[in-house]
Formats: sequence, C-alpha cells, structure tokens
Amino acid sequence: MILDEEHRSFKEKVGRFANKVVAPRAGELDRECEFPWDLVKKMAEWDLLAIFLPKRYGGAGLDTLSYATAVEEIGRVCGSTGIFLAAHSSLGIYPIYIAGNEMQKDKWVVPLARGEKIGSFGLTEPMAGSDASATQTTAKLAGDEYIVNGTKCFITSGEIADIIVFTATKDPSLGYSGISAFVVEKGTPGFSAGKEEDKLGLRGSVTSELIFEECAIPKENLLSKESDGFTIFMETLDSGRISIGALALGIAQGALDASIKFAKSVIKAGKPLYKRQSIQSMIADMATEIEAARLLIYQAAMLKDAGKTFTKEAAMAKYYASTIGMKVTNTAIEIHGILGLSKEYPVERFMRDEKLMEIGEGTSEIQKIVISRKILGK
Amino acid sequence: MDIIVCIKRVPQTAEAKVEIESSGKDIVKDRLTFDMNESDMYALEEAVLLKEKFGGTIIAISLSCSDAEDTLRIALAKGADTAIRIKAEDFDELDGYKTAQLLSAVIKDIHFDVIFTGCIATDDAYSQIGATLAELLGIPHATLLTNIEVIDSISHVHRELEGGLQEHIEISIPALFTIQTGINVPRYASLIAIRRAAGKEIKLVGQNEISKDQLLLNTQIEELFIPPVAKQVKIITGSPGEVSKELAGIIREKGLI
Amino acid sequence: MNFDLTNDQKMLQREVRSFAETELAPVAPQIDVSGEFPWDNIKKMAKLGLLGIIVPEKYGGSEFDFVSLAVAIEEISRICASTGVIVAVNNSLVSYPILQFGTEEQKEKYLPPLCSADKLGAMGITEPNAGSDVAAMESTAKLEANHYILNGTKRFITNGGEAGIFVVFAYTDKDLKYKGISAFIIERDTPGFTLGKHEELMGIRATANCELIFEDAKIPKENLLGKEGDGFKICMNTLDVSRIDIGAQAVGISQGALEEAIKYSKERKAFGQLISNFEMIQGMLAEMATQIHAARLLVYYAGYCKDKGIPPRFSKEAAMAKYFAANMAVDVTRKAVQIYGGYGYTKDYAVERLYRDAKILELYEGTSEIHKIVIARELLR
Ligand SMILES: Cc1cc2nc3c(=O)[nH]c(=O)nc-3n(C[C@H](O)[C@H](O)[C@H](O)COP(=O)(O)OP(=O)(O)OC[C@H]3O[C@@H](n4cnc5c(N)ncnc54)[C@H](O)[C@@H]3O)c2cc1C
Ligand SMILES: Cc1cc2nc3c(=O)[nH]c(=O)nc-3n(C[C@H](O)[C@H](O)[C@H](O)COP(=O)(O)OP(=O)(O)OC[C@H]3O[C@@H](n4cnc5c(N)ncnc54)[C@H](O)[C@@H]3O)c2cc1C
Repeated sequence: MILDEEHRSFKEKVGRFANKVVAPRAGELDRECEFPWDLVKKMAEWDLLAIFLPKRYGGAGLDTLSYATAVEEIGRVCGSTGIFLAAHSSLGIYPIYIAGNEMQKDKWVVPLARGEKIGSFGLTEPMAGSDASATQTTAKLAGDEYIVNGTKCFITSGEIADIIVFTATKDPSLGYSGISAFVVEKGTPGFSAGKEEDKLGLRGSVTSELIFEECAIPKENLLSKESDGFTIFMETLDSGRISIGALALGIAQGALDASIKFAKSVIKAGKPLYKRQSIQSMIADMATEIEAARLLIYQAAMLKDAGKTFTKEAAMAKYYASTIGMKVTNTAIEIHGILGLSKEYPVERFMRDEKLMEIGEGTSEIQKIVISRKILGK
Repeated sequence: MDIIVCIKRVPQTAEAKVEIESSGKDIVKDRLTFDMNESDMYALEEAVLLKEKFGGTIIAISLSCSDAEDTLRIALAKGADTAIRIKAEDFDELDGYKTAQLLSAVIKDIHFDVIFTGCIATDDAYSQIGATLAELLGIPHATLLTNIEVIDSISHVHRELEGGLQEHIEISIPALFTIQTGINVPRYASLIAIRRAAGKEIKLVGQNEISKDQLLLNTQIEELFIPPVAKQVKIITGSPGEVSKELAGIIREKGLI
Repeated sequence: MNFDLTNDQKMLQREVRSFAETELAPVAPQIDVSGEFPWDNIKKMAKLGLLGIIVPEKYGGSEFDFVSLAVAIEEISRICASTGVIVAVNNSLVSYPILQFGTEEQKEKYLPPLCSADKLGAMGITEPNAGSDVAAMESTAKLEANHYILNGTKRFITNGGEAGIFVVFAYTDKDLKYKGISAFIIERDTPGFTLGKHEELMGIRATANCELIFEDAKIPKENLLGKEGDGFKICMNTLDVSRIDIGAQAVGISQGALEEAIKYSKERKAFGQLISNFEMIQGMLAEMATQIHAARLLVYYAGYCKDKGIPPRFSKEAAMAKYFAANMAVDVTRKAVQIYGGYGYTKDYAVERLYRDAKILELYEGTSEIHKIVIARELLR
C-alpha cells in the first residue's frame, strides 16, 4: 500500500475517531450553523490539533503525511470540522511555528497545540483576495507598538479565535515588499470581529470579518522581521494547500462511500442500481480520480517531509483534488437522484462543503498560474 | 593498460534559464539538471576502447559533492572498474589549479599508464585541469585529442588545431590526454551493467587523506554576470531593389566586408 | 512507497532517455509515415537489455522490476510510441506469461531469443468476433497424438508481422466456457500458420499489426503454456501486468507532447506577445502537467503493487492506472495540438503524430469501458 504500517494505523485511528465522534454531529452542525466546540475538545484529547508539530511545543510529533491523512479522514465525514482543523493547524499554528521566535512559540503555539486556544489566519481583505500584494491593512510603528488599521474578511474561525496571525503593510504602495506578519490576541483594544458570513457550505465553521481600528499591538508580536510577511504567508499557503487538498480528497471519498452504499441498497425498475453500467461507470470514474488525487496529495506531503521543494506538487495536488472533488460530489448527487438533494443524505452537504476547496488558499486559477510558472521556468 | 579518467558533473544549461545567485559568484542550481560533462563521456569511452584492446583497469575519479556519485555510477555502468570521489565539501573554494592539485594528490599513489580528461568543462570552461595535472604529476601531455593509437608504449595521437588542421604527435606513456568530443561514439550502458554499478561502492577520499595545508587557490571569482544583450535587428522593407541597396549600404557602413 | 526512483532506476532512465533522444528521435516521424518496422533500433535496444527488462538474468534478461519497466517504456514512448509498444509487448505480453506460467524447458528455449530480439514476441487474444468479450473466441485446439491442431484467426496482433514467437489463446474445450481456453507458444514457422492482412493504423503505425491465420496448424504438445484450461487465467493475469506499461506509454506520449507544447509556446507570438504569456495557454499547460503527474503516480503505484505483491491481486490499481492514463493522454495530446494552432494539424510537428498515437491507449488491452467495469466490480463487491 502507499502508506507504510505506521501511517496506515494512524490514519485508521483517526478514521475510527471520525466515524464514532465526528460523523454523528456532522448533519446538525451544518443545519444549525453550530461550531463544534465539543469536537475541538475531543480532537485535543486525541492529540489531533497539531499533528506535525514537535512534541516540545505540545504537538503530536508526527509528519505532514500523517496530518494530511487526518484531515482527509475528518473531511470524509464532516467538512466543517475538517476546515477548522486545517485552518487551526496550517494557518494558525504553522506560521508562528516557522517564523516565530522561541518566546512567541512558547506563548502562542503551545496553547494552540493543546487546544486551550483557537488559532486563525487573516490574509484576505475586501480588495485583496487572490492578489495579496493589494493588502490595505496598515501597521505603523509608533514607539513600542504597531498601530493597525484595516479590515480582513472571510477569516476561518476569525470571531472565535484567541490568537490570530495577520498581515499588514507599512505602506500599501509598496506591494509585497511592504507586508509584515503579526499576531493579535483576542480582546486587544481596537480589534473586533465584524459580520459573520452566512455561507453555502462549511456551515459549522465560523467565517468572519476582522476589524482593526487604531489597534495597538506590542512590537514583540511581529513575526520574524518587517517585510517578511510575503515569504511567511507564501510558505504557509504552500503547506496549507496540502491540507486543503486533503480535505477536498476526504469529502470526495465521503461522497463516493455514500454513493456505493446507496447504489447497493436501492432497486430501481426491478434491478439493483449498482448493476447498471451507467452507475458503474460513474463510480469507476469517481474512484479513479480520487485515487489519483490521493497519490498527488501524499506525494506532495512526502516531498515536504523529505525537505524537498514541493510548491508545484502542492499546487497540483490542491488544484486537482478540489477539481475532481466538485465533480465527484456532483456525481454523487446524480447517483442519489432527487434524494441527493435531501438533507437525509449527506451528499448535498458534501457538494456545498467541497466548493470552498476550489477557492480557499488560492483559487484553481491561481494554482494553475503557480504550476505554469514552474513548468515554463518563469 | 591501467587508465584513469577524470570526470566532472556539470549543470545542463543548453535549454535552461540560467540565473545568478544572490552572492553574485555562482549560478542558481536548484532547478537545473546535472549530468556528466560532455567531453568526459568521450574520454571515458576512449578508455573503455583501450581497455577492450589491451586489458587492464579503468578508475573514474571525480572531485565533487555527493550528488555526483550518480555520475560516477554512470561511469561504472559504462565500463569503469572502480570509482573514487574526492569530497569537494572538505576543501572549500576551488579553482582549476586547486582541483588539479587535489586530483594529483590522489592519482600519484595509483598505478596508471594513461590519464584521460575531457578537453573542457561545459560549466566553468577553464580547460586547464588536464595540463596542470600532467605537470604536477611530471608526465607529458597532449590536449584536444581527436584520435589515439597506442603501439608499444608509444601513443600516436591526433590533435585538433584551429582552421581544421590536425597535428600528429608521438608521446611515450605514461601520459595524460585531454579528449575532444567526437573522437568516438560513446556507448549506452546496458541494463545489467547499470544494475551491477548501482550496487558498487564508491571510494571516498577527503581531508583525512589529503592535507589541506599545501593547497593553493590561485584565482577567485569576483563576479559572475549575464552579459547585456545588444539588440541589433533591423527589418528592411521595400522592393527587392530598394532592400538590397539599403542592405549593401549597411554592410559597407559597418565595415562587415 | 515514496515515489522516488532508486539509483539503478535513475540510471536506467538516463540511459534510455539519451538512447531515445539520439537513436529513436530521427526515425520516429519516418516510420510513422512509412509504417516500416524499426528493426535496427529494436536490435540495438536488445543489446542494452530493454527487450527483457523483467526477465531474470539466467534467461538472458536484465532482471529489473515493473516500476523500472514503466520508467523505460515511458522514456521510449516519449520519443516514439511505436517503439514503446513493440518493447512493451515483448516484455509484458509475451516474456511475462512464459516466465510466470512456462515450464523450465519453455523458459530456457523461448526467453533468451525474446531478450536478444533474435525472435520477437507477439500475443494473440483478439479475433474478428471476439474483442472485449474474450470468451467469445472461436479458435480451437484439438489434441491429436503429440500435437494440438489449431484452427482460427487472430486479428489486430501487434508485432504480428515480424514476430517469431507467439502466445496464442484457443479453446481446448468449448463446453467449459472460459475455463476451456488454453494458451500456446507458437513459432513462426509452424506448418499451417500464415499471416493475413496487415492493418493500416491511425497511430502507432510501425508496429507490424497483422492478422494471424491458423489452418490445421500443428503445435507440439509441449508448447501448451500452463495446463489445459489455464488460458483465461493466464490472459487476465498478463493483462493486469501489461496495463502498467500501457499506462507508462500514455505518460511518455503525454510528456513528449507537453514538452513540445512548452517549447512552442515560448517561441510563437500572437498579438505582439509570446503565447506563453496568455493565461489560457498557461492554464492548459498547468492542467496537462497536473494530469501527467497524477497519471505517473498511478502507474508507479500499480508497478509498486506488482513488485511488492501487495495487494496480491492488483487488478483495480492496474485498471485505474491504465484507464486514467489513457484518458489523460488523449486529452493532453489534444491540448498540445491546440496550443500549436494550425501548425499542430500538420505533419511538420510531432504533436500531430502524438495525438494519433494516443488514441489506441483507450482501446487495446481492454477498452476504457471494460476498465470501468473492472474497477466498479472491485468497489461494488
Ligand atoms: C469559507 C471561507 C473560508 C476562508 N478562510 C480564510 C482564512 O482563514 N484566511 C484568509 O486569509 N482567507 C480566507 N478565505 C478567503 C479566500 O482565501 C479567498 O476567498 C480567496 O483567496 C480568493 O479571493 P477572493 O475571494 O477575493 O477572489 P478574487 O481574488 O477576487 O478572485 C475572483 C476570481 O478571479 C480569479 N482571479 C483572480 N486573480 C486572477 C489572476 N491573476 N489570474 C486569473 N484569474 C484570477 C479568481 O480565480 C476568481 O475566479 C476564506 C474564504 C472562504 C469562502
Ligand atoms: C493497434 C492495435 C493493436 C492491438 N494489439 C493487440 C495484440 O497485440 N493482441 C491482441 O490480442 N489484441 C490486440 N488488439 C485488439 C484490442 O485489444 C481490441 O481491439 C480490444 O480488446 C477491443 O476489442 P474490439 O475492437 O473487438 O471492440 P469491441 O469489443 O467490439 O467493443 C466495441 C465497443 O463496445 C464497448 N463494449 C464492449 N463490451 C462492453 C461491455 N460489456 N460494456 C460496455 N461497453 C462494452 C467497447 O468498450 C467499445 O467501445 C489491438 C488492437 C489495435 C487497434
């Protein structure tokens, strides 16, 4: 098998957790737009919140591949819980882990890893989505503090987060070179959450606006040096893409599993559904594409774990997994027929959840630009 | 006949985009592919041909970092009997002279009849390793070989000169020759040879075996740069008569004829 | 599995690539037009050990594994699809079943000439009235004293016109349905065995595709491969393996097309700029590269499953690799032609040939539809 014994048994362990603990809550989280506080606690108990982080920072001390398989397994039953996990680990913890000094890591990474605090990452702004160089949020040094002004939007876990990594520029006209990365803690005066998004999918996850009004942040909250922001978020997104890809993969697998179960249990016009070639053809396509996506994601993760460059491979994995994820979840509804649109079956939720994977952490168009730049040697 | 072949691993830059590193003294290597220097492949083949005729052994030597062990294994697959890597990572900055000193430090203790090197490395193009190495070892040498025949310890060699001339000289062996491309047709390694080579050990020589003290570095790179390209394209339009008249004018004006 | 090639696989890749670029590239467009069988190159490749990649050294082979076979076939197909198919058939469709199911005598007799290309191999399953439905075959073999008397016609046989050793399937007992099919090793000079029509193909045109006609052909009894009735099992087992290198052919052809397209996009100008600056062109290139990368991983993975024997039956993995890669190759070569514009529709550029060469991948050794049935069956068990 692709995974060695260790990774396989870890994945199976998370799979059991997902089936037993997460799956029963998935439907209602979506229906009620409820954030799964209980599951966050459970995931902390199971040591799932910082899988790739060394043990001395409170992590599980495993690798990227293990982390990817965990996101996949959680995503297989619940996209909302999956996106929380991916954002908390890859976007909340990871940038502080790679760019923070020891003091910052002790102060923020450790409680995030233990699940005592919730993490989040604010990059996107109303006027700066794909093009992060257009960042308008400013941070001006005044004595021992940075004074921050601006608005972030579509921030996963934004309102509920205690520790938020965000980007701001010393001068919007400088583009990428003016951007730095900071940490803001919940409750800092001048920092508040704005409107919460009412979304198509991932309805059990919180997505909020974050507002900075003359918000004073201690100088020590700067990550790395001034103007390192671009490098930090590019690195964060590179590895974040592996987890979004894994989530897309997991949701697609969930949709395939549901479709197989449905096709085997339903008789239409006197013939079990699964005996029909048109259904078999759809199932074969779904499974083949999922297998390809899985290999892409695992390989990208293995490259990262081996310390090799993986930017192109991560972009390919994320782009491919989310593209086929949409196709697979759509086909899953097709297989269920009209019942596929009913909340009695999970497949309409899978499709709604999956759509974000084509958009978040770089749209498919942006992934293609990343890939083509690499292959054209630009 | 015991033969030593010096082999270098070089970046393949023909179709790649070459960029200068931030130090300004090297090129960016992480996206380049590497392979055996072109004329070294011919040198290796020439050694294999001699060995097929006279028997003996072939030793491939490379002063290089560990990545180059792949290249040495290719040499083993193509006919070398043993391979030695002098650990470049042990000896800081290198130039042509220092490289020749390191090679000679290892080679002086090995029996050989002939040493082959490529005539030029396609990356730094120093073209001095062969001649310097021969001097350090106190043996005769000839460069730019296009043919070699050995009869009774005398090598009859053809050298390529400018303007299509060839020079024929005789040199007694032991001697060193730098090999020009095209002297032979290098063979492909068979799969069985590849499988055997993959398992062979490569002998490592480093600072424990060679003292760094007496090594001299004669040159230092000040700056590496990509020369500015001067665009000089002019498209002439008009009737054939007008075009040729203008073209003739330009050629005369630039002193091209 | 970590998808990294081993030292010997990397060397094999380098040598085969350099061989293909130097020796195959100049002939590839010519043999596509003329249909001439590339014997010169086949002989040279035999010398390097490429005709018996997976055959043990004691039978004259190179004794590499199936991932290595895939790497080699990819490199050959990247430059010349016809040559890729010829080599693949000799390795997986002919040498492999003899190696896997043959007696010691059969191995000693037939594997060395297959490895040295003294005699090339071909395999005959398909018949005019039996393609996807193998069990519908009409060929029969009757044991009479020390010979099987074989009657029937095989169609679309790759290497058929040039091969010396054939693995052919026929019914020894029609009543047993597919359990009555047996496999035979048949030499070219067998009395009663003649060649029929040569096919004019759309792609892989230099593969000597030919009909085989058996009229009371006398096959020595000891040329039965396996036992009577083992034919279907041998056939399915062999096709599982050969799907790995059909996948590798697809990856190679597509990789060739992508490289051509990249090169062209950096030379061709339109509207005052290089077409590689257009986002739609970049998008196509990115899609192509992603599809190829995914297919390559699937092919390596299927090869890895075969090499490690996990899972013991890897029909699903092999079917996924072949089906995905074939589909991908048709799509990727189509995009390559698209990037070339009208020039891609001419014989002046390789992409035109690659596009035609790719189509067969969706048809032979199980059509895409048959592969989907195999995959779905495993999932819906
Ligand atoms: C549920 C949810 C959770 C999110 N979580 C977070 C989070 O935690 N942190 C965070 O910082 N952000 C988060 N985001 C924001 C997300 O990353 C952005 O939505 C995404 O980067 C796209 O930006 P945009 O929406 O502004 O689209 P735009 O950039 O406006 O793009 C619009 C369209 O134009 C295309 N386009 C843009 N530029 C180019 C180009 N150069 N070439 C070709 N096409 C182009 C895009 O592909 C897209 O199709 C989240 C979004 C959602 C919906
Ligand atoms: C260039 C070339 C080389 C070849 N080389 C060889 C060789 O070396 N040896 C050899 O034995 N054969 C060889 N073949 C034959 C090849 O394997 C067959 O063509 C292939 O198996 C398909 O069979 P067919 O052409 O009879 O199509 P058919 O079986 O008639 O199929 C026609 C169509 O019906 C579909 N179909 C069939 N059954 C089903 C089903 N149950 N459900 C859904 N759809 C179905 C098929 O997918 C296809 O689309 C070669 C063919 C070509 C063109």
